[in-house]
Amino acid sequence: MPVNKVNTLKKTKSRRADNIAYFLIYLSAGFTVLLLMGIIGYVAVRGYRVLDWEFVSDVTSVLRGTTGVAGNILNTVYIVILTLLIATPVGIGSAIYLNEYAKPGKLVRGIEFATETLAGIPSIIYGMFGAMFFGATMKFGYSILTGSLTLMLMVLPLITRNTQEALKTVPMGYRLGAIGMGAQKWYMIRTILLPSAMPGIVTGVILSVGRIVGESAALLFTAGSGYYLPQTVGQLGSKIMESGGTLTIQMYLSMQKGKYDIAFGIALVLLLIVLFINIGTKRIAKKLDVSRKGM
Amino acid sequence: MDKIKITTKNLNLFYGDNHALKNINMDIREKAVTALIGPSGCGKSTFLKSINRMNDLVDGVRIEGIVTLDGDNIYDADIDKTLLRKKVGMVFQQPNPFPMSIYDNVAYGPRVHGIKNKSELDAIVERSLRGAAIFDEVKDRLRKSALSLSGGQQQRLCIARALAVEPEVILMDEPTSALDPISTAKIEELMEELKQKYTVVVVTHNMQQAARISEDTAFFLLGDMIEFNSTQKIFQAPKDPRTADYIMGRMG
Repeated sequence: MPVNKVNTLKKTKSRRADNIAYFLIYLSAGFTVLLLMGIIGYVAVRGYRVLDWEFVSDVTSVLRGTTGVAGNILNTVYIVILTLLIATPVGIGSAIYLNEYAKPGKLVRGIEFATETLAGIPSIIYGMFGAMFFGATMKFGYSILTGSLTLMLMVLPLITRNTQEALKTVPMGYRLGAIGMGAQKWYMIRTILLPSAMPGIVTGVILSVGRIVGESAALLFTAGSGYYLPQTVGQLGSKIMESGGTLTIQMYLSMQKGKYDIAFGIALVLLLIVLFINIGTKRIAKKLDVSRKGM
Repeated sequence: MDKIKITTKNLNLFYGDNHALKNINMDIREKAVTALIGPSGCGKSTFLKSINRMNDLVDGVRIEGIVTLDGDNIYDADIDKTLLRKKVGMVFQQPNPFPMSIYDNVAYGPRVHGIKNKSELDAIVERSLRGAAIFDEVKDRLRKSALSLSGGQQQRLCIARALAVEPEVILMDEPTSALDPISTAKIEELMEELKQKYTVVVVTHNMQQAARISEDTAFFLLGDMIEFNSTQKIFQAPKDPRTADYIMGRMG
């Protein structure tokens, strides 16, 4: 069938449909941005009232009449570091195994399926398991260690998957080139693959930091809600065996007690941390991109 | 008669059930260019990779027969593949410089083999880059990324990288098929020079290239080596009609 001849250059219906679609798409985008700005703005305005130096540098004390979340900030840092200390090497190691050593087949597909599923499990299930296994069976009780081990299970798939995806994008030619020079496999992985995959690995790690900072359900029954600062240097180490609530846990408790101002203050601190992490991720990933170095 | 560098005796290679190389017997001369020609999938690249055991990386590969390098069977159990690949370097079809500086690319091989001394590495890098006719183009930007080079330069860098470990044999798997004519000409000139010092085995799809640069030519078809002779004889008086057909462009 021949295509219809163009009889007029005037705008027709189809152009109008295009305009309507254009308008709706703009509207959706605008709605999304407004929503985000609205939430951030609301939290910022309400949180700003309580956010001062005391709030982030001291702990709440009825006797001294202070209100602060420094203990919770410290607990959050503890849990982030302790979790990543275990999850990062294990996650990278298993990704290297899956991508570079394991023969493709049922086992690898099975492990991949398992990690994907693990990544999608509601975090409260991790919390329940962590409380039973690390808390009760291993007798770590309500402690930062129990919380970290629990979160380690939770972020492990995130780091593994991100590392694996990053390794998959490394061209085969790099591997062959290095092996062809006589490099041993591990030497090749260390000098070529890991540097090339580093932006992806870092992305996984920082996404994990975000998950940990924002997690509450998995910590409620594992890390507890302690909020005191260590009094001596020696307590810095023993603190991991003590109960320690992160910012989100403290926020939950404040909400429960009807202390909304404090909750909003914590929310603002959390928002700032997440913002900082996002900017940091982009910067670091860009800096570590070996393919752009020296261009 | 020239000295023989590499000999294959009854070399058979299987990818699973696929019989990819059938009873290959071949003597490759030292300090000469040997070209491997044939249509896609004929086994010429597979044959090339069996000389530095890169086929070992493929799952389900089985190799029978003997490949000797200076009289030693490289498939013996006590062969160190790292040392083998130091002696037998490889240049790939797609230029594959590592995502690091030009200097580090060339220094990679020497570092693999344990050279750490800075001035020693400097000397090796310069010598190798000169050997691959690329030193003058990159001498002012050795610290720049190798990925900033053009495709032709990248391939010469890869040749320099291979030269840096002082190999005796250089295997080239269609080294110019991804390059423009000018870069191709440069690599061909370079191969002319390389054969003064090295034994070169090159897989090529380009008949003229084989005729121009090689002393000996082997024609492969469906895993068989149909004919192997001096390049002159292969191109001017092929004995097998299938060789003649391929060279005349009636096949492949």
